[in-house]
Parts: sequence; structure tokens; C-alpha cells
Amino acid sequence: METSSIPPEGATCISERQSSILTAGRSRTNIHCADDSLAGSVSQRACVFCGARVVLNPVTDAVHLVHGPIGCAAYTWDIRGSLSSGSEMYRNSFSTDMKERDVVFGGEKKLAICIDEIVEKYHPPAIFVYSTCVTGMIGDDIVAVCKEASRHHNTEVIPVESSGFISGNKVVGYRAAALALMRLITPKEGERVEKTQKLNFLGEYNLSGEMWLARRYLGEMGIEINVAFTGDSTVAALKQAPGACLNLVQCTGSMHWVAMQLEKQFGIPYMDVNFFGAENTAESLRKIARFYDDPVITERAEMLIEREMARISPAIERYREKLTGKRAAIYVGGAYKAVALIRQLRGLGMEVVLTGTQTGKTEEYATITSLLDEGAIVVDDTNPAEIERFLIEKQVDVMAGGVKERVLAYKLGIGFVDHNHDRKECLAGFDGAVNFAREVYISACSPVWKYLRAPAGGA
Amino acid sequence: MTPSAGLGTVRQVNENQCQQCMPLGGVIAFRGIAGAMALIHGSQGCSTYMRLTCVNHFNEPVDIASSSLNEKQTIHGGEANLKRALDNIRRVYAPSVIGVLTTCLAETMGEDLDRIIRDYRNGQVTGCPDIIPVPTPSYSGSHTEGYWAATKAIIAHYARPSEPHGRINVIVPHISPADIREIRRIFSLMGLDCTIIPDYSLTLDRPFAGRYQKIPEGGTKPEEIAAMPGAPITIQFGVTCPDNLSPGLWLGQEHGVPLVTLPLPVGIGATDQLLTLLEKISGHSRPESLVNERGWLLDAMADAHKHNADGRAVIYGEPELVYALTRTCCENGIAPVVIASGTRTSRLFASLDPLLTDTDEQPAIMEEADFAAIETAALAAGANIAIGHSGGKFFTERHGIPVIRTGFPIHDRVGGQRILSVGYAGTLALLDRITNTLLSEKYGSYRRLRHEETTRTEITEGI
Repeated sequence: METSSIPPEGATCISERQSSILTAGRSRTNIHCADDSLAGSVSQRACVFCGARVVLNPVTDAVHLVHGPIGCAAYTWDIRGSLSSGSEMYRNSFSTDMKERDVVFGGEKKLAICIDEIVEKYHPPAIFVYSTCVTGMIGDDIVAVCKEASRHHNTEVIPVESSGFISGNKVVGYRAAALALMRLITPKEGERVEKTQKLNFLGEYNLSGEMWLARRYLGEMGIEINVAFTGDSTVAALKQAPGACLNLVQCTGSMHWVAMQLEKQFGIPYMDVNFFGAENTAESLRKIARFYDDPVITERAEMLIEREMARISPAIERYREKLTGKRAAIYVGGAYKAVALIRQLRGLGMEVVLTGTQTGKTEEYATITSLLDEGAIVVDDTNPAEIERFLIEKQVDVMAGGVKERVLAYKLGIGFVDHNHDRKECLAGFDGAVNFAREVYISACSPVWKYLRAPAGGA
Repeated sequence: MTPSAGLGTVRQVNENQCQQCMPLGGVIAFRGIAGAMALIHGSQGCSTYMRLTCVNHFNEPVDIASSSLNEKQTIHGGEANLKRALDNIRRVYAPSVIGVLTTCLAETMGEDLDRIIRDYRNGQVTGCPDIIPVPTPSYSGSHTEGYWAATKAIIAHYARPSEPHGRINVIVPHISPADIREIRRIFSLMGLDCTIIPDYSLTLDRPFAGRYQKIPEGGTKPEEIAAMPGAPITIQFGVTCPDNLSPGLWLGQEHGVPLVTLPLPVGIGATDQLLTLLEKISGHSRPESLVNERGWLLDAMADAHKHNADGRAVIYGEPELVYALTRTCCENGIAPVVIASGTRTSRLFASLDPLLTDTDEQPAIMEEADFAAIETAALAAGANIAIGHSGGKFFTERHGIPVIRTGFPIHDRVGGQRILSVGYAGTLALLDRITNTLLSEKYGSYRRLRHEETTRTEITEGI
């Protein structure tokens, strides 16, 4: 029986998918990417709505209202491990719970009533109203409903045009979220935001307190974070965004466009940073110090980097000894994370033999490919069948990725590192680099694999 | 018993969902059919969300395909995408059964699924897997209805008039793989042959084998389903199953198989009901092992009854399980103070009526409930224990109420797939978890509470 469900040789890769897979150092063409998912391929991607919700959900004191049938809200309730220092409102999931009659007669009226109920119960400073497949399909005018509700309640009711069918690529949802954010932070007529020496941290979602750690480092250098987009942010803090003198961009997929808008509208320059891995963190801190061009800041940065590097290097070295020579695979949402992971895993003495992303672009894949050894596999928008094939072919010891990849790795007796939305360990900064190394170590070197890989019967 | 609307006027907004959406239930039912793969006809996101929910609960890879509709197809129709998806699934997964579940998007587009599938089948020269379409738009119901609808559609697809045989039809509601295995064990101990449907006891809880089976072994075989009309009887654990979605009722009406509707065998009473019936059918009494299991349960009920009397439970989840849990609480002197389901279900209220006639206080009973309403009711009633799925963690965290995790989904603990609650043994396991949680709360607080009570100066009126 065990062999009956094995598909015929070669069938694990659908022919149309061949162009989305390449081998570092051997393939001559660019990878096929940033396209719609192939029907029936069991893509790991989600949808536009998901992209919009993950970007906006960490705004802690806003209400997130999903206009559609129950599923969209139920599946994305508290979807991120973003932490809050204040309000817990964002951890609730509101839905207009559309029923058949709402689909037939239109859902605008119900949406308006739901907004009324929320305002009456909570008086939130803002409500984000997300459109979904059905509301987009039947043509509910959420923009008009939100506008009227804003006026009526004198509060921010912001439409997010995130109908799932627009694309299976989360990046399109990031744009919908970005538009909503721009709508929120653009000062109204007569309002003015004072310029400061603070910076905004874009594409940082405060998973497991990662933004708090970055804030500590910057604070030590004498730099204050104005507001993060959107980890541990509030509506009031976001409205102060135009007052920053610099924007840091970490998750480029979700926030590059916002950074460009902020530069265009408010003249705020931006720079890419990356706090995953000790070297990346050090480089990023130096880059930020250079921007401020202040010898005191530079000196503090250097002191901090020297101190932290010295503090963590014995721990990293201990893990490197255990992990050297092990083989790793990566499948994550965005390319910036994949690049950081390649660097970190190699820093631990490991060989990265498979790397893929859900939403990477051609130039990002070029970077990824250039970092990898010859023979490593690079995949865009892959699926369980391909992941399984490469994990086995490449004799992977440990994989980094999200929930869906985790159970697959475990079924094959392979270790796993959670680098997803919902992680509970802080993986950024210097401390995060140690946490990351530990995460890799406790899975790759767990005693359980000895038993799982032993011959049946434990002989 | 009427649903208690006494929690303010009916709200339109749903705040923290107690249920999942309809196609998800269909996915789980198809996992219980041998060689089957589910395909969601809709946006890519729907299948990914359902995969995530299932993966977190079952700790198993659950591959669900999607027709990945996008903007163009919502205007021009999703036929080409659906057909391409069928092709691609067959190339990679080689399923013998494909369940096509629709989404709200596909239904709103008005996709003619029957025609598209007929057309696809006619275009295949070298044979075609069985393709079973089930309409499951999220706006029409929860995952509970999706589960029943798919189970009924699968049976209706395969069932053929067949020679009478001795194998009993057993239709199970959405329970854990461990529960399905326990039901099979009970039938087998009683020497009875049965067709359990849907049987995802192995597909959604796989022993480690060092490799990933794209379509895991196990599940009810289509040939067994085909012969269900020849069974002497159908036992359906589904007192809350609506008639229009009832697979057992359909088998009775279409093929004349007598239907016995039983509650899930959770608790002493419901398990007795099942065993009494099985003794009647088999013509012999239960073996010593089951006699002992019943005895151990009774013994535990006596040992624990005073501890359980402290329990004020808020029970929530799918209707069938909610009924079973309420009944178990009542049997053990645990007061069910809030009984709620995210699913809309008039059946639940009617079934609860006889259980609650003797209770000391009337509980708040809610259908189509969200957790905001459950929280309000639980606080008003002074609930001190919650019994249900992980969705309850948010309000219980806020108020320090412990949760006995059972049902679906369990995403914040391991082992959702092997939570056992049925039969005498399963009930005992469940009861011990409840009693021990109450005890843990008691040991954690009684010193402080007794001190507070005996040293306070103001005397309150009444007792």
C-alpha cells in the first residue's frame, strides 16, 4: 500500500512550473515569478485580503472589520504574533457576517449598521473596513459607506480594497493596505505635523517584541523611533508619521511603496535596513548612524555593536560548532527575509541547498541566486510536492519557513525553524541572532531524529 | 426552551468568530474518503486558510487544491481554471476521487459546476477520477453544514441499490480521528461489522513513516459506500443534523435503510444508548472489557462528583458536540451555565430541553453566537470553566477561566487530532480533564479565598 500513491516519476513537477525552478550556477535564464498561481498546483500563497490584513492588523487600537461572509474573518483572527504595549483591540476579529440575503440584496446597509454598533460599543480612533471576494463581486460601495460613516461618527473609517480574487499574491494586498495607511496619515486640511529628528520604522511588525529591541538599540545611540509601520502602533502615533526625518524600510515587499510615497509627499528620505542576523543588524545601525552624521551617534553605535558582538559571539560559536556542515532549506513569504536567512544560516556553518519565496521579484531572485553555492535550488511560489522532492533530493537537515512547511518537514523526519507571522521567539537584533541559532540547533540536533530515522521496529 | 435573546438586541456585527466557514467542513469529510483530494473552486486564499486551520489542528500536512480564480475569471467564468486545476491535481496527486467544493465567490459568480464537471469528464479519453461537486458557500452556513453536505453528497454519489448484507452504516459527525477509532473499536468489540463514514481516522492522524504520502492511506472506500443501501440499519450520531443535509435520512428515503439517530456517545447515558442498541442488533451482551470500562467510569463519577459540583461551565462549539458535552456535564452535576454554538441550529435547542428540566438554574443558550456574546453571558453567569475549541482562549485569558480544549480547531495546543471523548473510556478521559482542572483551580485559590471570607468585616445579607 505504501507505494500505491507515489505518482509516476517526474510527475512531482508540473511542466508549467519548470520555469519557476532554477539551479544556482547552472540555469541561464531568469526565474519565472510574480505571476498568478497555477490552478491546482497547491500553492502556499494566500490572497489580497490576507496581505492587507497582515500589514494593518498590528495597529493596536484600531478596529479591523472584515466585510464579507464569516470565513475571511475567522481564518485571520489574531493571525500575527505582533505584540502591543497598550490596546489589545487589534486582537479581536470583527465581521459583517454576510448571509445569503446580504449577497442578493447588497451588504452596504449591514456594513453601515455594523460600523454604528462598533462605534457605539468601543469608540475606536479608527476602523479599517476590508472588502472580500463577495463584496467586491456584488459591487458593494465600501468607499461610500466608509465616507458617510466617517462623517456621521466623526472618526476615521477607512476602506481597504482587498477583494481576494484580485490576486493570489499577497503583495497586491500590501498595496491596498499601503493606500489605507496613506489615507490615514495624510494630514487633513488645516492640520500640521511638526518635523522632528525621529525616524519611522517601516515594515516592522513587532513580532515577539522585535521592534522594542530595535528601539532599545536606537535609543542607546540617541535616536528615537517616531512610529513603526505597523508593529505596536496606534492611530494617533501613525498620524505623526510625516514628522519623521528618516524612514527605515525592513519588509520591502509591504512597505517600499509607502516609503516612496512618504518621500514624495513629505520629503522624508528612506533606507533599507535588516535586523535579522548580527551582521545585518550591525550594518543597519551603522547605516542609520551615517545618516545622522553625528560623531556622538556614530561612536555610540560602534560601542553598542562592539559590546553586543562580544556578548553574543561565544554563544553563536557554540551553536556553529554543532551545526557546521548541516544542510538547510528556506521557504518564506518575502525575499528580504530569504536573503537574511541565507546569510544567517551560512554564518552558522550551514549549507543552504534550497531557497524559495511566495512573492519574490526577478531582481530579488538574482540576489538570492548569487548568494547560493552552485547546485542549490531556487523556487518561486512552490508547493508541497516540490518541497518534498527537494528536501529529500538535497538531504536537508533543517528547514526554515511557515506553518504549512513545518508539518511536511516533520513527516520526513527533518528539523524545522519557525520564521512565520505567529512566531513566539524574538529573532531580530543581536539577541535574536542567538535565539535564531538556538532555534536551528534545538531542531536540527534534537535527539528525536535518531529514533525517527532508525529502521522500523527500533532495531 | 427558547434561545435566550436576553443579551441586548440582536447585533449585526460578529465579534470573534465561534465557527469556521462551510467549505472547510467539506474538506474534512473528503479526507475521510479513500483516495480523495479536495479542490476549492474560488480564490487562492480560501484553500490556504483552510490548510492552515487544518494543519494547526491535526499537525498533519493537509493539501487542498484551489482553482486560484482571479479578476479575469470572475468576469469571464472560472471554467478554464477549474479544468486546469483538475488536470494538475491528477498529474501530481493521482487521486481516485476529487471533491470540488465551491466558495462564496464561485457561487456568486453563478458557476454551473455540474455542467463544467460533466463536460470535463466527457473530454477524458483515458478514464477520469470520480468528481463530486458540493456547493458550500460560506454565506449559507458554517463548517458544520459543509461537513454534513459533503458527507451526504458523497453517499448520494456512490450509493447503489445492493444486495442486503450485515454491515451497519455508521455516520459520524465532525469528531476527532481518535474518536472515530474508538467508535470502530466498540463496534468491533461487539462483533459488528460496519462502514464508518467519513473515516479520516488514519488520513488526518498518521503514524510516522518517514515519508509524506500525498494522499494518505485510509478512508471509507467507494465500494463500501456503494453498498450502504444494502445495510440492515444506519446509525447516525447526529441529533442536531438538519434534515435537508442528513445523510442517514437520505439513505432511508432513497433506499429504505432504517435510520437510528443517536447522540454522540459521550457521557454514560449516550454511551449506554449506543451499547444497548448494539446488544440488540448483535443479539449478545457486551464483553467484559466494555463492562469494566463502564464500571470504571461510574466509579470515577462517584469519586469526582463533589469536585464537579463546583463547576459552572460555558460550553461552545459545533452543535453535536455541544449537545454531548452539555449532557455529560448534567450527568456529573456540573452546571452548564452558557451553551452556545456559532452555527445556526434550531435542533440543538429542542434536543437540550429534556436535559435541562431538572437543572437548578436555566442556562443562557445561544445559536449563531460570537465570542463577544459568549463572554458577556459567561461573565454574567459566573462561569469558572470553559469547554470547547481554541477560539475561546481570548476571552478566557482575559478573565482567568481555564479551557478544556475539545472540538475544532485546537491551534494553541498539540494533539487536537487525538483528543478522545467518546465511549466509556473517552468519557472518563474527558471527565478527568474537567475534574482535575476544577481541582487545580481549587488548590490554587482556596487558601486565599477562605482567608478572605472568614476575615472580612462587612456582613452581607442573605446566603
